[in-house]
Amino acid sequence: MSSVVNDTKIPNNVDLASDKKLQRALEQWQPSFIDWWLQMGPEGFQKDDVWLRTAVGVDSEGWANFGYVKMPDYRWGIFLADEVKDRKIGFGDEMGKAVWKEVPGEHRNTLRRLIVTQGDTEPASVEQQRLLGLTCPSVYDLRNLFQVNVEEGRHLWAMVYLLHSHFGRDGREEAEALLQRRSGDSDKPRILGAFNEPCTNWLSFFMFTYFTDRDGKYQLLALAESAFDPLSRTTRFMLTEEAHHMFVGETGVGRVIERTAQLMKEAGLSGDVRKLGGIDLPTIQKYINLWYSLSLDLFGGEVSSNAAQFFASGLKGRAHEEKEFAEHTALNQTYKMNVMREGKLAEEEVPLRNAMNEVLRDSYVVDCQRGLNKWNRTLEAAGIADRLTLPSRRFHRHQGQFGEVCFTPDGSLITKDEFAARRGEWLPNEADELFLQSLMTKPVYEPGKMANWLAPPARGIKEKPIDYEYVRYDQA
Amino acid sequence: MDPVRFDTHPDRYRHWKLDLSEAAASGVARMILDVKDDLGFAPGYVLKLNSYDIGVDIELADAIQRIRFEHPEVRAIVFTSGKDRIFSSGANIYMLGTSTHAFKVNFCKFTNETRLHLEDASRESGIASIAALNGIASGGGYELALACDEIILQEDGSTAVSLPECPLLAVLPGTGGLTRLVDKRKVRRDLADVFSTLAEGVRGKRAQEWGLVDQVVARSKFAETVKARAEALAKASSRVSAKGAGLPLLPVAVTRSGESGKLTSTYEFVTLAIDETTRVAQLTVRGPKSAPAKSGAELREKGCSNWIFQAFRELDDAILDLRFNYLTVGTVVVRTAGDLESVRAHDAALLTLVNEGDWLAKEMLLHLRRVLKRVDLTSRSFFALVEEGSCFSGCLLELALASDRVYMKDDEDKEDDIRVATSAMCFGSLPMSNGLTRFQTRFLHDPKMVDAMKGREGPLTTREAVKAGIVTIAPDGIDWDDEVRVAIEERAAMSPDAMTGMEASLRFAGPETMETKIFGRLSAWQNWIFTRANATGEKGALTMYGKPERAVFDWRRA
Repeated sequence: MSSVVNDTKIPNNVDLASDKKLQRALEQWQPSFIDWWLQMGPEGFQKDDVWLRTAVGVDSEGWANFGYVKMPDYRWGIFLADEVKDRKIGFGDEMGKAVWKEVPGEHRNTLRRLIVTQGDTEPASVEQQRLLGLTCPSVYDLRNLFQVNVEEGRHLWAMVYLLHSHFGRDGREEAEALLQRRSGDSDKPRILGAFNEPCTNWLSFFMFTYFTDRDGKYQLLALAESAFDPLSRTTRFMLTEEAHHMFVGETGVGRVIERTAQLMKEAGLSGDVRKLGGIDLPTIQKYINLWYSLSLDLFGGEVSSNAAQFFASGLKGRAHEEKEFAEHTALNQTYKMNVMREGKLAEEEVPLRNAMNEVLRDSYVVDCQRGLNKWNRTLEAAGIADRLTLPSRRFHRHQGQFGEVCFTPDGSLITKDEFAARRGEWLPNEADELFLQSLMTKPVYEPGKMANWLAPPARGIKEKPIDYEYVRYDQA
Repeated sequence: MDPVRFDTHPDRYRHWKLDLSEAAASGVARMILDVKDDLGFAPGYVLKLNSYDIGVDIELADAIQRIRFEHPEVRAIVFTSGKDRIFSSGANIYMLGTSTHAFKVNFCKFTNETRLHLEDASRESGIASIAALNGIASGGGYELALACDEIILQEDGSTAVSLPECPLLAVLPGTGGLTRLVDKRKVRRDLADVFSTLAEGVRGKRAQEWGLVDQVVARSKFAETVKARAEALAKASSRVSAKGAGLPLLPVAVTRSGESGKLTSTYEFVTLAIDETTRVAQLTVRGPKSAPAKSGAELREKGCSNWIFQAFRELDDAILDLRFNYLTVGTVVVRTAGDLESVRAHDAALLTLVNEGDWLAKEMLLHLRRVLKRVDLTSRSFFALVEEGSCFSGCLLELALASDRVYMKDDEDKEDDIRVATSAMCFGSLPMSNGLTRFQTRFLHDPKMVDAMKGREGPLTTREAVKAGIVTIAPDGIDWDDEVRVAIEERAAMSPDAMTGMEASLRFAGPETMETKIFGRLSAWQNWIFTRANATGEKGALTMYGKPERAVFDWRRA
């Protein structure tokens, strides 16, 4: 095996050592990936030691190995969750038949598109976040950012593995194209809208990991049900990593709120938190509104023939299909939802299969609310009456039934002009962005110290103290 | 469904925008597609993703026509989308799924004619067209692009061209896509095979390598590249010589009278009387009342009321009305009324102006040509009746030659009143889809008969016309009424499907052209597939599209 493509450099449980086809594909792709990482990965920290977790196996021992590593030397691996013996297709028209170990020709193009769309989000988020290290609020958070980044990189590897192993020349070309597109570049943008939005400050980063990575979680849950077994096994393992990203988001926003609550108390509740260098609750609410609504779009149209097709063919199920649902054909059933009819909001019964995007979005909304409840308990404990809320799922949408019309955060239909006039009340405006920038001009590189707008975490990583030198930053 | 009407105006377009802001300076017009999804022509579907229905296409046809007549300064048209990331997703699938078979066929025929008119505008009038694909062009969206002279594709990692009909819907692309791929763009047949079975299509460099598009340009350079190319085409166009103001196209005036099932549409020079009980329509075209325009200035002064132009605009409207709104009326009895020589005078005057290089006269002639082609392509039985007082001469003789049969009364007492006549227009100005004149097509067995007709001055009597091969049957005056009645009743009783197929097979003898291939394949293959269970059966792919269940195929090859 070559010096770059071998079991040591690329930890794996897919028998890379004897898979000539995969070796050859990766020999081409791996150098391009490293080029991409150096060009588009975290700016300014490529030479530093970062205390990172590296997966070297899929068991509890294997997937959480900690140690210092320079990011370009990170060992991005390829892992499938353990095979479920005699696994059967769990939903759709092919239910009960054996799962597919190889791609059926009939579904090749559709599966490839699903995998490419999922895969495209992984490098996109690294690109969106590449400048955040330069304004980090603590070394602890800096390390978490990089952990998220390298794992998004690994998720890219996971999707590229599927493309290389099962989709021939087209797959190799798609894998290459995943490294060619660039977030926010109008000439070669990433496929999905939210992944072309800039993530310019740490509040956005925490919101992104809470809301947008949670969309990823639900997409992975739906793909984990797939009749295409390699996709199912790949995504099941990715879910274990995705959990950390959402932890970063949930605790990140939580710590911002905790600090804001402290400052509000210091200022006598009525005082101006911004003057004390904290982020006021209305601003936090605006960023919730922004990232939640952008992430809702990622689930696709409310009524979707594609979604019906994916479900019918067994390509993509519902989250926790087996546990949460009693009936798995989803035939002869309907789903009641809000739709736009002749410019008005109406309720309509839609065939359940065509409503699968909305079904997945439902689970997502419930899951998002859980974190909000937690954040609100922080406010409650501090004696603050204000509460944070999720806006209506019709608010600020660019896709689906509500993409062409405007709604207030509480879900009332308004005109485009009204929306434009009030947009700044509901979504971050230029002044908000400038304000956050002003809070986050200087990075905090001293271990254990926190930026003024952020409370420290409850504990460090893997039993290390909070003031551990998670990143050995060479300031020279 | 409400009757389909074809009268519209840029001020009333809902889905297209005709942008002429740069036309005076650079000769470039822009046609911007921004479909209002809730303004479909019929209820029951939403025009998502710049998909189109007949309402959208009527605007397109109107715009092309107006550019030709009203805007001589326009020498290139850029077709582009007003929406982000989508050029057009083609004909709306739910519209097709909920339409009757007859409507689908009429819809496809009209959209095909419109695309051929776009190519005709380029070839005959020097109005070049560029498809500026600033987003995905799939199905009919890409087929519209194929009808343009050049296709420029935006490269942004996701913009693709595709023909997903076969893999997704189990039907064929309905506006000539497959034919234009290999015949016009000369895409290799095996690559065309791959492309036409790949639902997601092809993008970027590969689209250019395969010849599916002419240029692939990065998003940031797209607008300027398209602009530069359009301006270059406009500069090189032969239409630079078209001087003066355009001719505003006034609406075609019609009054409709009578009761349901027996409606008569009366235009100034055309009458269409429908009888839904007998399933027969009486179509009458009246000859000119005044002398033709002898000069360019006179032509412009008369404008839309110039007989030859007005009569054929009215005829066009009547034919479309018949096609879309009276499906059961399968037989059309064609008559003319007026003076043979006056028609010939109009023919001669128009041709003189055309030969002098008058662009407007040429546009009028080209319009005549398109209307007569529309008659050729109308799937109804046409019987022309030549009686006393009729004026089948020149351009109107073409209407008889376009008919499936010509009946001419044989009555010695009225011999001077029952005549047909040719004019110079019959010998090259008004070719059919097969590229030949109607005489050439008629006399394929003996081309000398065409020369004989050409050399003939003066009108032909019934006997002469029979001998010359113009007339099918010449009943004696005393039998005329009965013979004609029986012939019409007999025809109206035949299977409409068999007649459609038979007529289409007999009308277009001679060489194949891209045009004949497009319509031939549309009627033979697409219309067959449309009625097959694999497409439109209870579990067919078109029926099941967007529904929760998947299509089920009958695997037997037919």
